Amino acid sequence: MKLRNLALAACMTAVGITAFAQAKEQFFPVLPYRTGPYAPNGVPWANGYVDYLKLVNARGGINGVKIIFEECETGYDTARGVECYERLKGKHGGATLFQPLSTGITFALTEKAPGDKIPLITAGYGRSESQDGTVFKWNFPLAGTYWLAADALIQQLGKKEGGLDKLKGKKIALVYHDSPYGKEPIALLQERSKMLGFELQLLPVTAPGVEQKATWLQVRQSRPNYVLLWGWGVMNSTALKEAQATGYPRDKMYGVWWSGAEPDVKDVGEGAKGYNAVTMQHGAEPNSKVVKDILAQVHGKGHGTGPKEEVGQVLYMRGAMSAMLGVEGVRRAQERYGKGKVMTGEQTRWGLENLALDQKKLDALGFAGVMRPVSTSCVDHMGSNWARVHTWDGKKWNFSSDWLQADEMILKPLVKSTAAKYAADKKIAPRTPADCQS
Amino acid sequence: MFYRENGQFKTSYKADQQIFPIAQDRWIIVALIVFAFAGVPLLASDYMFRAILIPFLIFSLAAVGVNILVGYCGQISLGSGAFMAVGAYGAYNAFVRIPDMPLIPALIVGGLCATAFGILFGLPSLRVKGLYLAVATLAAQFFSDWMFLRIKWFTNDSPSGSVSVSNLQVFGLDIENPLSKYLFCLGILVVVALLAKNLVRGAIGREWMAIRDMDVAAAVIGIRPMYAKLSAFAVSSFIVGVAGALWGFIYLGSWEPAAFSVDQSFKLLFMVIIGGMGSIMGSFFGAAFIVVLPILLNQLLPLMGELVGLEISTAGISHAELMIFGALIVWFLIVEPHGLAKLWSIGKQKLRLWPFPH
Repeated sequence: MKLRNLALAACMTAVGITAFAQAKEQFFPVLPYRTGPYAPNGVPWANGYVDYLKLVNARGGINGVKIIFEECETGYDTARGVECYERLKGKHGGATLFQPLSTGITFALTEKAPGDKIPLITAGYGRSESQDGTVFKWNFPLAGTYWLAADALIQQLGKKEGGLDKLKGKKIALVYHDSPYGKEPIALLQERSKMLGFELQLLPVTAPGVEQKATWLQVRQSRPNYVLLWGWGVMNSTALKEAQATGYPRDKMYGVWWSGAEPDVKDVGEGAKGYNAVTMQHGAEPNSKVVKDILAQVHGKGHGTGPKEEVGQVLYMRGAMSAMLGVEGVRRAQERYGKGKVMTGEQTRWGLENLALDQKKLDALGFAGVMRPVSTSCVDHMGSNWARVHTWDGKKWNFSSDWLQADEMILKPLVKSTAAKYAADKKIAPRTPADCQS
Repeated sequence: MFYRENGQFKTSYKADQQIFPIAQDRWIIVALIVFAFAGVPLLASDYMFRAILIPFLIFSLAAVGVNILVGYCGQISLGSGAFMAVGAYGAYNAFVRIPDMPLIPALIVGGLCATAFGILFGLPSLRVKGLYLAVATLAAQFFSDWMFLRIKWFTNDSPSGSVSVSNLQVFGLDIENPLSKYLFCLGILVVVALLAKNLVRGAIGREWMAIRDMDVAAAVIGIRPMYAKLSAFAVSSFIVGVAGALWGFIYLGSWEPAAFSVDQSFKLLFMVIIGGMGSIMGSFFGAAFIVVLPILLNQLLPLMGELVGLEISTAGISHAELMIFGALIVWFLIVEPHGLAKLWSIGKQKLRLWPFPH
């Protein structure tokens, strides 16, 4: 037993030494899940993420600093994700930042990141209250949280009814994945239901969600005006098939962005026609400049990851955008700590906290029309509160709404109170304005 | 030759009743424990502690617990993940609801909650046996999944159902850095493993083994099946509960009910089967096999690929890891159906006779 560990220790140090020899390179660890039950959604995200990093290198790096990356498969398993984090955090001179792509891993890493001084980006997922940067110094739910998604959906429903006040007396069902991920929007929806007077019906679905007959029987009995779908992986296509079987109109169904990508609806095809989903800004963007650049400079040179046809799909774009936000954080940090230098996790954190991606920068990066400007601060680690809704026409996703802005009057107090509770539980003192300046 | 008990005469009852009656065993164990406490901290890196050694220690503890139930008492259980969950959430509730609750009493409260839960779900063992019991204990798993997802009180009304702990202290010392976490887990493991070793060779352990070997015969010679079976459930689930609490508190820091899914139950059962049923030592081998080997494979495969000039994709590595791991399980079970602990005892036997073949 000890011998095995010793041998292992020897291996580890050997790996560590070879890795340490390289310098002047910015290390981006990647925690994808390319296998396991959620792989259909995890693979395009990982391909987009890695392809964008390759594109940055093809464009000459971050002010000349090349990016290196290494993947460590998590399989969406929290314990394995923590192991990957520990494995990668010290490699190649230290990890720049982590993007865990899993609510469970995000929760576990939130406890570890402050000690290791590595920022966590959870673009569009993770803990919604981590928007409050005074408590969650190292978490960055950039450009969207589940609360934002839920609020945008309610606003879209309001628009459909001809005003938010028209939602009074309506019945909205939330069909959700029974896990911390699925439960995230409940707090916000309850707040909204109190305010607007609609009735919220909660219908949990046990993971992984292949068995939903009972849930949809309830939907059939109570006939809600709208169904919000907070599903994931196989649960989404199952829900759509069940909706079809029970005759629930798909155009009254609205999914979160994890329920609104190609893998979720492809199997259902025509049956999902009219189904809507909120997108955290971008949708499928095959015509954007960044996609053309990736196709030309990465796939064109034979360095592409994954099939060429999937470039520009919804989750691929999600990966690319997540990578872009991380890279821009480093670029911003370089403005302060020295251009052309390798940034540490701590310096990157400053960059992410002072991110100022205006339209001009986005256009230059090729994200024109894909997303809106993002600007973060010490208090607001989210940086942008816009979303859109897109609809599946049987073959592809098309935008069906204007830009929707979440109501800060509702989000803010909720974020504040939940973050304060977390701070009290953990005995964290909120950051002072002086700390914010640093 | 190296391992001969000849000449070691026991002159008192005390000497005859030691946990390790053979001097060599005693010295090896003492040396191992000293090495684990003093040597490993000098050798191991941060990564080794956090990603390999701490999970290994916690799973060894859980495997010792499961081995008492499955290996010694013969009651196949698929509810171990649930016992871990009850231990973790019990300890969590004690820790956050009682002001200034110290860590060790909180862990013990977690263990006691798991004990009560284990006895409750051990009741079917009085009527059903073998595989049927395994299915009956699966109920514990589903019940705990349901309980911690749906009853908000257990998760301290957190909106997402995920809980976390921090600021862990023992006797005024912070349990924050990897070394202190490692030593804390190791301390608990050593105490529990020695207690368990002592327990299984005493009267109660012999009762468990009698029940395992033939429960009718055991009842005939005056062993109460109800008492023996339920005490095995109680002891086992206490240890597993403490391990679950450590998994949540020390390793994850923040967890959701999915951390203790049915996968955990299967993993623990496999550890016991591969490590060796009815052997405390086997629990350690089993835990090392299940916890460390996949990580080792995951890291060695790309290196081996590089040697032959092959770049394996991330997905490829993780598929290969699963395939090789599965093949190794099958191979070990064919070569040594009694588990890795049997290899250990064969090795000891060989050392005893060496250099002679017989």
